[in-house]
Amino acid sequence: MRHDIVIIGGGPAGLAAAAAARKAGIQDILILERDSSLGGILNQCIHNGFGLHTFKEELTGPEYAARYIAMVEEEQIPYRLNTMVIDINEKKEVTIISRENGMETIQAGAVILAMGCRERPRGALNIPGYRPAGIYSAGTAQRLMNIEGYSVGKEVVILGSGDIGLIMARRMTLEGAKVKVVAELMPYSGGLKRNIVQCLDDYGIPLKLSHTVVNIEGRERVTGITLAQVGPDRKPIPGTEEHYSCDTLLLSVGLIPENELTREAGVKMNPVTSGPNVNDRLETSREGIFACGNVLHVHDLVDYVSEEATLAGTNAAAYVRRTQESGDSHTVSLRAENGIRYTVPQSMDTAHMNDQVVVRFRVADVYKDRYISVYFDGERVLHRKKRVLAPGEMEQVALKKADLSRYPELKEIVFCTEVE
Amino acid sequence: MSEMNYDVAVIGGGVIGCCVARELSRYQLKVCLIERDEDVCSGTSKANSAIVHGGFDAEPGSLKARFNVEGNRMMGELAEELDFDFKRNGSYVLCFDQEDMPALQALYEKGLKNGVEGMSIVTGDEVRRAEPSVEDTVVAALYVPSGGIVCPFGLTIAMAENAADNGVDFQFLTEVQDIKRAENGYELTTGRGKITAGIVVNAAGVYADKFHNMVSGEKLHITARKGDYCLLDKEAGGLVSSTIFQLPGKMGKGVLVTPTVHGNLLTGPTAVDVEDKEQTSTDAKALESLMEKAGRGVKNIPFRQVITSFAGLRAHEDGDDFVVGEAKDAPGFFDAAGIESPGLSSAPAIGKWMAEQIAEKTGAKKKDSWNGKRRGIVRPELLDKEARAELIRQNPAYGTIICRCESVSEGEIVDAITRTLGAKSLDGIKRRVRQGMGRCQAGFCTPRTMEILSRELGIKMEEICKNAPGSEMLTGQK
Repeated sequence: MRHDIVIIGGGPAGLAAAAAARKAGIQDILILERDSSLGGILNQCIHNGFGLHTFKEELTGPEYAARYIAMVEEEQIPYRLNTMVIDINEKKEVTIISRENGMETIQAGAVILAMGCRERPRGALNIPGYRPAGIYSAGTAQRLMNIEGYSVGKEVVILGSGDIGLIMARRMTLEGAKVKVVAELMPYSGGLKRNIVQCLDDYGIPLKLSHTVVNIEGRERVTGITLAQVGPDRKPIPGTEEHYSCDTLLLSVGLIPENELTREAGVKMNPVTSGPNVNDRLETSREGIFACGNVLHVHDLVDYVSEEATLAGTNAAAYVRRTQESGDSHTVSLRAENGIRYTVPQSMDTAHMNDQVVVRFRVADVYKDRYISVYFDGERVLHRKKRVLAPGEMEQVALKKADLSRYPELKEIVFCTEVE
Repeated sequence: MSEMNYDVAVIGGGVIGCCVARELSRYQLKVCLIERDEDVCSGTSKANSAIVHGGFDAEPGSLKARFNVEGNRMMGELAEELDFDFKRNGSYVLCFDQEDMPALQALYEKGLKNGVEGMSIVTGDEVRRAEPSVEDTVVAALYVPSGGIVCPFGLTIAMAENAADNGVDFQFLTEVQDIKRAENGYELTTGRGKITAGIVVNAAGVYADKFHNMVSGEKLHITARKGDYCLLDKEAGGLVSSTIFQLPGKMGKGVLVTPTVHGNLLTGPTAVDVEDKEQTSTDAKALESLMEKAGRGVKNIPFRQVITSFAGLRAHEDGDDFVVGEAKDAPGFFDAAGIESPGLSSAPAIGKWMAEQIAEKTGAKKKDSWNGKRRGIVRPELLDKEARAELIRQNPAYGTIICRCESVSEGEIVDAITRTLGAKSLDGIKRRVRQGMGRCQAGFCTPRTMEILSRELGIKMEEICKNAPGSEMLTGQK
């Protein structure tokens, strides 16, 4: 079995990549989805706020997904549901497993990785205490509530102020549960400002920054937890413990790109994003393997996932059709420093780049009145003042080909923050 | 259950109780095993180091020494017979100081006396050649090639299934409240009725003293000694290939660092005596000291890759040795008490010895029909491509992956639920097929596994428990 482009994942990234690859003229595309429907995690995100950038209107998750599913259906792009990829090798052979067809191997012309991310579990924080029922990652609880229709708890404490945790604070409140507090280890929230306002403030749910869970009680089901304030070293401060009785602890303590398959394909990984390193075409260190969406780096808005995936789809199509510009390449590396944690992409080919390349990144801390600066081999070419920068909000800078063409010898582009 | 009569009643479905039950099932005896929880392997047996010790550590002449060495020798063949995971990976006891060399030598000699085979004392450089992650400060080590690692759930569940297949009755969710001497043995009052038995085997872990003291004047006293552990991602599993112990020295007892049979890295335990015999909560200080101690022997343990931490209780008896055998003043009451480390390693030998004692006492003959073989749950992940494809053709449920991290299919989960003594809870499935035991710790597969459990057992989603009743996962329908 052979397909020109195999897309792993039928969530927002995979769908947008498929639509773009078709638009770029590729007929032979296959989307592989492990769940029983397309749409990915959007299907359980029944709140609104999706699509403001892409469609200039406010959609729910399923509505947003439906727009892309419609494109895929209209274009009759083949997809397979309930199909799990268990291996990708260096030769772009994709091994899949399914009920209907058992084990199969597909030779892909190009592969687009769009597997998304997963939630960090309790163990990653090493929270002490018992291990009873009633401890859920926020996304698992969201699935049980919104897809399966069950209630997971009545009195809730949420640890972590990531967006899913904030959304679930509101969701559980609307379903009649009492959300007692949202605790956040960091001195700032990891979620979007708008979610703090709309999901906590509007419902009078307190957000305790610089707090963490130091004990979980209950042998069978959670009966309570203990919160404590943490110091600048993020260690609990003795004497600040507060007890909350609850039957449920939701964890929203970060997302990790799901890259087991990527590693098996021998792709170079980035320790900061936990995703693969990519160039401006979103191609990984393995030729013909592209990545986009949350498997590449965790996004906060699906609109940017779609945008990124469109680029990956277009470039994978160009790779398959060998319409990429030929001639000598000129690789420039992108480096993040001084308050910026990473950039995506991590390198670019200025000889063959598009008219502009959008570089996305996150800052390391909350900064007020700081500059985002870009240096071309030590020369500052951008100096943009931002009133507030926060790790929870992804930033972006567009690099224009016209500007870069003035630096034919360029080796490195540095992104950093500056106080002045 | 109203009133039931047995030749032998085994109290406790941990590794000891299940090993005794399986060995008893060889004989023409009517045997029951009484377990408080909903499944076997729910107490001390589920939370320990998962080590098959060489047997060099116990005092020569002690029951610990004898059963450990014998249990270690039995383990390989049993793993074949009962299809559970066991690997003889060898172990090192690290010595950090020239001054401690006599202690290392003494350990070696103790091992010789106990009958441990193949040991040698090696230099620090020799250890590091075999285990490059061992600290530079290590000057020498005792190498014990017979040391091994085992899946404690696999061992216990395999023993239980084989016992059940050979006629042992398992009574779950049945707590023994009282034991009285009766005309021909003992009468056990349980939460679900009375059980009479000619012989009682007391394999009740941290509660073995309570049951012993109900019938015997020679009192036992068991202290629950809590040990915290950290389990790391499989990515860290290759850091060491042998089990690394530390020689007790100036810095205290140290902790072990070991790969598990499934490829994770495990480190622990701490040791704190606790009053409450249910206190299996981890605590921050213990976890911190554990990480610090583990780091003394093995370099660069990636503690940011901890996927879970847990605590288990060891049943420490005041006499500091196993109490195994018939109570002197209570004929027919057999103790397997004070089974702390090396209890897991000793379990098969204790089971065998105790069953022989009981057979002798009762004059029971061996069954003709006994079958000691048990087939484990098929793991498609370990099959080659062809065989896996064929398996899916025969049963498409093997083509649906439910747990991504550990690559567990629906077919395996259904097998875990529907086989002899099948799983009734999420933890029961986890211990049989590792669903939810991977790096995402059941984030993705929990709802799906619950659906399968609900379907196969014919129970409502709201009735599904993490383990025993009271641990319901959901609080109702929306």
